[in-house]
Amino acid sequence: MKVMNGDEFASYIKDRFGNNVLSMRVDKFKNGVKKSEFHSVWLRVDRSVFKDVMRAITEIHDEAHIAVASGSDLGEEIEIIYHLNLFWGERNRQLTVNLGVRCPKDDPHLPTISDLIPGALITEREKQEFLGITIDGIPDPRRLFLAENTPEGFYPWRKDEDQQEKLKKLYRDVHEEGV
Amino acid sequence: MADTTYTFPIGPVHPALKEPTMFKFVMDGEVVVDVDVQPGINHRGIEFIGMRRNVLQTLHLAERICGICSIVHQYAFTLATERAAQVFEVPERAQYIRIIMAELERLHSHLLWAGVAAHELGFDTLLHLSWKIREDVQDVLEIISGNRVNYAMYYPGGVRRDIPPEKIPRIKKVLDHYKENFQMLADTFLGDPVIKHRTVGVGTLSKKDAIATSTVGPTTRASGVMKDVRFDQPYDAYADIDIKPVIPSNYGFEDAGDVYANIVVRLIEVAQSIEIIEYALDNMPSGPYRAEMNVNKVLMMLRKADGEGFGIHEAPRGEMCHYVRLKENQDNLDAWKVRASTYNNILAWQKKLIGQQIADVSIVAASIDPCIGCMDRVAVVDSRTGKEKIMTDVDFHRLSVEKTKRLRK
Repeated sequence: MKVMNGDEFASYIKDRFGNNVLSMRVDKFKNGVKKSEFHSVWLRVDRSVFKDVMRAITEIHDEAHIAVASGSDLGEEIEIIYHLNLFWGERNRQLTVNLGVRCPKDDPHLPTISDLIPGALITEREKQEFLGITIDGIPDPRRLFLAENTPEGFYPWRKDEDQQEKLKKLYRDVHEEGV
Repeated sequence: MADTTYTFPIGPVHPALKEPTMFKFVMDGEVVVDVDVQPGINHRGIEFIGMRRNVLQTLHLAERICGICSIVHQYAFTLATERAAQVFEVPERAQYIRIIMAELERLHSHLLWAGVAAHELGFDTLLHLSWKIREDVQDVLEIISGNRVNYAMYYPGGVRRDIPPEKIPRIKKVLDHYKENFQMLADTFLGDPVIKHRTVGVGTLSKKDAIATSTVGPTTRASGVMKDVRFDQPYDAYADIDIKPVIPSNYGFEDAGDVYANIVVRLIEVAQSIEIIEYALDNMPSGPYRAEMNVNKVLMMLRKADGEGFGIHEAPRGEMCHYVRLKENQDNLDAWKVRASTYNNILAWQKKLIGQQIADVSIVAASIDPCIGCMDRVAVVDSRTGKEKIMTDVDFHRLSVEKTKRLRK
């Protein structure tokens, strides 16, 4: 493990992946009376190198902690941001890395990272059912939170134009079944 | 599946679980061979609702995600919003009030858990004792905020209420009372031979598994992992206080990751929280407690903001995260993701439960201090065919009507 601060980490990834790093930002926050500082890195990478970047991160710190993957519908694309905490275990050393990757709605596929960080399984299962993406190679593809009678093709976090119609239909169906 | 095993569902509503969730155990005799955890029973779609409201409305919605950890969601959401907007300079006094509230909540949450754990072991005298002690911190929270739950203290750019000097002696009195009683509580939990017999070596989680599954909070610290957001990435006034994560081996216990180690971690954290609150009360700087007092101005600042933020707070149950994205000229949140501590501990649950006896399931399940919800479906396993069917409330209603009809004949 080679400990880096936010700037060092950003330049390391930039050197290694060049133009496949689409955007990069380092946030610095000062806290308390003593104004001690911690860093948070925001990265957007191309889908083609996403798995390699994730592998590079686990090479930097083999015990990387995944906090969660958050996802959102951007219209034409779906974006997943993996929030990772590196270098934990020493006072004020943790670096938060937010690694974003996008996939188009007509080809919503991302590779699994649960082979690198087993703890990612739960959040990958949730992203599949809520955003309608497919995580290739996921060890357990079942639904997690949604009820088993939720219709196929309804993804609660999609912002498609027909989403409201689908939602209304879902409520109507449940209502007509006599609940 | 071998012939000697059978499936045994516990949940969604079961006396062994304090909150409803669903476990499906594969049993061999009395021993758990495999387990499948099926959460999502009370998935209320809070994130969906939040994305249709403005930031200040969602702030109060976030607080209502959980009834026990009232402020942890509000704290993480406030941090995420501030980091997304990057326009608020949080006053130093507000940073101290924030951590005082967070530690008071840790006190009440850990004492609540201690009672639940004692109850799961059938030691109800200890349940009543811990909950009696817990009432004092509830009173303090009420004195500061006016409420026993849902304190509504956090706000983008500071806190909603000050802690005036005249309230401080009352808070200190309760802390002194806790210090007097702490040893008695610790001796009972850690010295009692029956508790030791029921908890030592039960529900172990190895350090390697705890790290691999990204487990958080006391669950991971009981296995000897040095993970604590207050220490790894100190935020607000935690940056001024030298906090060390509570690892059992630092206090002469074993980092076994079993239920006993979980009790050790939470009890010592109670003592640690008292120290933090005392330090914060003594060293609280004077000055304003909120950056911007005018609510409309705050809304305007948030409306103009454009960016994304990730807030992490060390809740009583472990690391709690919120992701917030704000878009310019849009009142609603553009994206919101809530990650509660129990979410990251689901995989640890499976590791802890395999190999346990069925009678230990409830205390092992309780050892991660789960915070769940309730569900609308039940799994029924047919013992003759081994086939499984998910029954919804519609099916139950139909069966009920049919039975009434049968009885009428």
